[in-house]
Amino acid sequence: MRRPKPPLFLERDSYRRRRMADAARLVPVVGALLFLVPLLWAPAETDAADTVPGGLYIFLVWAGLILAAFLLSRRVGPEPPTRKLGDSEEGS
Amino acid sequence: MLPFNVLVAASVGYVAVLFALAFAAERMAERGRGGWLRSPVVYTLSLSIYCTAWTFFGAVGYAARSGLEFVTIYLGPTLVMVGWWLLLRKLVRIGKAQRITSVADLLSARYGKSASVGAIVTLIAVVGITPYIALQLQSVTLALSVFAEAAPGAPAWEPKETALVVALGLALFTVLFGTRNLDADERHHGVVLAIAVEAVVKLVALIAVGVFVVWELGAGPVDMLARIEASPIADWQLDPGRWVALTFLSGAALLCLPRMFQVLVVENVDERQLATASWAFPLYLFLISLFVMPIAVAGLERFPAGSNPDLFVLTLPLSAGREGLAMLAFLGGFSAATSMVIVAAIALATMVSNHIVLPIWLSVRTPQSRLSEDVRGLVLNVRRLSIACVLGLGWIYYSVSGGGAALAAIGLISFVGVAQFLPAMVGGLFWRGATRTGAVAGLVTGFVIWAYTFFLPSVGAATPLWAEVQAIGPYGIGWLRPQALFGIEGIDPLVHSVFWSMALNTAAFVGASLLSFPGPLERVQGVEFVGVFERDGPAPRGWQGGVAGAEELLAMAQRILGPGEAQRLFQDAAQGQGTGGFLPEVTPDFLQQLERRFAGAVGSATAHAMIAQAGGGTSVSVDDLMKVADEAQQIMEYSQKLEAQSEELSRTARQLREANRKLTELSAQKDAFLSQISHELRTPMTSIRAFSEILGEEGLADEERTRYAGVIHAETVRLTRLLDDLLDLSVLESGNVQLNMKETNLGDVIARAVSTASAAPGAKPFRILREPETEKVEIVTDPDRLAQVFINLITNARKYCDAPMQEVRIEVRRQGGQAQIDVVDNGSGIPRESQEIIFEKFARLGDHTRAGGAGLGLAICREIMEKLGGTIAYLPGQGGAAFRLTVPLRLARAA
Repeated sequence: MRRPKPPLFLERDSYRRRRMADAARLVPVVGALLFLVPLLWAPAETDAADTVPGGLYIFLVWAGLILAAFLLSRRVGPEPPTRKLGDSEEGS
Repeated sequence: MLPFNVLVAASVGYVAVLFALAFAAERMAERGRGGWLRSPVVYTLSLSIYCTAWTFFGAVGYAARSGLEFVTIYLGPTLVMVGWWLLLRKLVRIGKAQRITSVADLLSARYGKSASVGAIVTLIAVVGITPYIALQLQSVTLALSVFAEAAPGAPAWEPKETALVVALGLALFTVLFGTRNLDADERHHGVVLAIAVEAVVKLVALIAVGVFVVWELGAGPVDMLARIEASPIADWQLDPGRWVALTFLSGAALLCLPRMFQVLVVENVDERQLATASWAFPLYLFLISLFVMPIAVAGLERFPAGSNPDLFVLTLPLSAGREGLAMLAFLGGFSAATSMVIVAAIALATMVSNHIVLPIWLSVRTPQSRLSEDVRGLVLNVRRLSIACVLGLGWIYYSVSGGGAALAAIGLISFVGVAQFLPAMVGGLFWRGATRTGAVAGLVTGFVIWAYTFFLPSVGAATPLWAEVQAIGPYGIGWLRPQALFGIEGIDPLVHSVFWSMALNTAAFVGASLLSFPGPLERVQGVEFVGVFERDGPAPRGWQGGVAGAEELLAMAQRILGPGEAQRLFQDAAQGQGTGGFLPEVTPDFLQQLERRFAGAVGSATAHAMIAQAGGGTSVSVDDLMKVADEAQQIMEYSQKLEAQSEELSRTARQLREANRKLTELSAQKDAFLSQISHELRTPMTSIRAFSEILGEEGLADEERTRYAGVIHAETVRLTRLLDDLLDLSVLESGNVQLNMKETNLGDVIARAVSTASAAPGAKPFRILREPETEKVEIVTDPDRLAQVFINLITNARKYCDAPMQEVRIEVRRQGGQAQIDVVDNGSGIPRESQEIIFEKFARLGDHTRAGGAGLGLAICREIMEKLGGTIAYLPGQGGAAFRLTVPLRLARAA
């Protein structure tokens, strides 16, 4: 058989790589939640001048997302050739 | 004040530079250099066509009107990009596996290579993108008007005419670069490089204006924050509905806009590019957005209420007398507009030609015309025309809508329109149960609701009829009012349209998918798409082999992919199967491969239909259906190893069979030749003996003597020729031949051969078609030997060509260090089963007496070509008999 059953436990490297892929899937969810936080403040209903703090918050979260994506893209990027076995797990 | 003419000249000069860059990049890519064109940086920069003139001018206007809300347009794409592992990676992988050419092609391929899905998506895209193109024309015109009105003594400003001129110029540029060739994979290196450069220009321009505003007009960042606090937009009027809807919409637009799909998926080369773009593109958006608020606030401070905030990027530097900066800002906006229009027009033109025109053309033409039509030319012309039409539509929309609305409002109309693709696209990628019926239902529902609640109000707002419909509903039906569906009033029009169109679209898509039953091809494609990461076995295939003739397929492929590309593809396939020549066995795998290549040029639905028409065997085999069923998966995997082994065996067997057949045929021919040669030698010998006996007798008249001697002479000449040929061949074969190498012109060699071969009288009218210009190739070779080959080929054509008006075409091409010469006649060609033995000694086809030779001509040609370091091969699929010679321009001194 070309593709035997995936082993029960993976090597340290492969294990780490898969968890990083999990993290990569989480980034947009976390980002979306953080971008929704201003809805809780309801800035339209207050009289305070909240454009500046709001803007700083949005741009800070934005920069954080870019940094996270940068770090993760290094870890999950091109698959090393040795890891032929586990492809199936990454389906969707 | 900056003279208006200088500005126009600068724009034209800028376009000329882009043009030169694009041209240079195409040249480099053609020569196989320019790997950097495929670097992740260029890819990321090309994605920046997301930031159009709407971003460049409109974002500031948006911020001046609604404060922070403008960032939502960039937050959506940021989320999609940083989440590339979830969605984009799969999209790109599928795009490459299926050779997808556009977003319409993606949906069409997913839903059973359906022509109807492709056509619907194309229509929606054309209608949806029209306002967007109008928006670009409007913003360039607006920007120009700033300079024109300020310039002293400027002629009366005509916005519509200016927009028309801009549209014409853009159409020309796009036609020149987007449709230069019909790429097999739809990649456009030149255009991608041009838009990457434009990406840098617009980023630099916007940041330069931002730095000018913060540090020159203001006193640094802290001061800037204080001014924002003091500005009219200091209080953030966050509307939760719009905030969520816009973020969702902009994320969807990144996936669904045809131009974004083009750069994101079609122009993508490998996943490494995507990994880099996942953070670099959000960074680009971040930098573009950074100075938007400061510029907006500075504009609000300095200009009176009522001045157009969409133009602050230009008017701020102008009012401070910084004309150079204003010029840079104008070029930045100009870049943003042109790059968007170019890529959008290319993407839409590809969709129109592949999904609307070609399917119609396929259905109306007759089977006889199939071989004679030039598909490539047709496709390219259709694309050129479509580009002109798309820009024309944009201009009409601009004229009709009056060009009055704020830029951001127009852009959003397009976003909601193309977002209608999202349910069918995402559903198709992750849900095997999505069917074609569901996709069509969802797309049509979404499109109708979008048009009714958002698009028509934008163009028809001014007409009294529409105003009435808006107020009381069509025919007075209140719950059908376009901006208060089902009687729910008071929602923002955008949120209203997004909510109802997406909700009903998704409901129709899911509902119809659940209730309908997919066809076999849909199910196969569903598995291919949803499980693109799981599959590493052979792909399920839609073809039964052996129905179409390889030669017919080659003829068709040449018309779609071009002769060079098609011949290479067929040659490689034949080599892969272990046979030589240009004609591989028509296996299901080969048909599959061929369909993929066609799909890269004309879209999957058309490619499928064309192969089906040529082959007729369009069924999905039992194997494929088994693969669709989950239970069969295990068994299939187990048998894969066996399959691989048996494939190896069958390849060897095929080679052996081939060799055996050749040997048997040759042996039979040798026998036939021996009796033939004995006969050929015996006949002249007999007459020589008889006549020489007569000559020996007494009492012959002089004239009789002369006649008999003449007969004897003629017979010996015939014998000598036969023996010369045999000797020539054996000398060539033994390798003791002396080559007389000289530097010469290929045209001269051909001319000499043509005049020798034409000298002999022939039974039929005969002519030779040459192109003297291409024949001017300097070459070091043995001109006498090479001429001998040409003479042989032309003489053969005169002997065997069965057309009433014989024609021989000679074409010369340079390829690397070689000259390639095709000699093609207009007869009926050589039958498939004989093509492989014609170069063997003693091979003679059909009627022996007619030929009057011993069947050594082509064998001698082959030996000569080998000695000259070249090759000769039969080229099938050219109409008549065709031979391709290759000769090195300079023979390596081996012996």
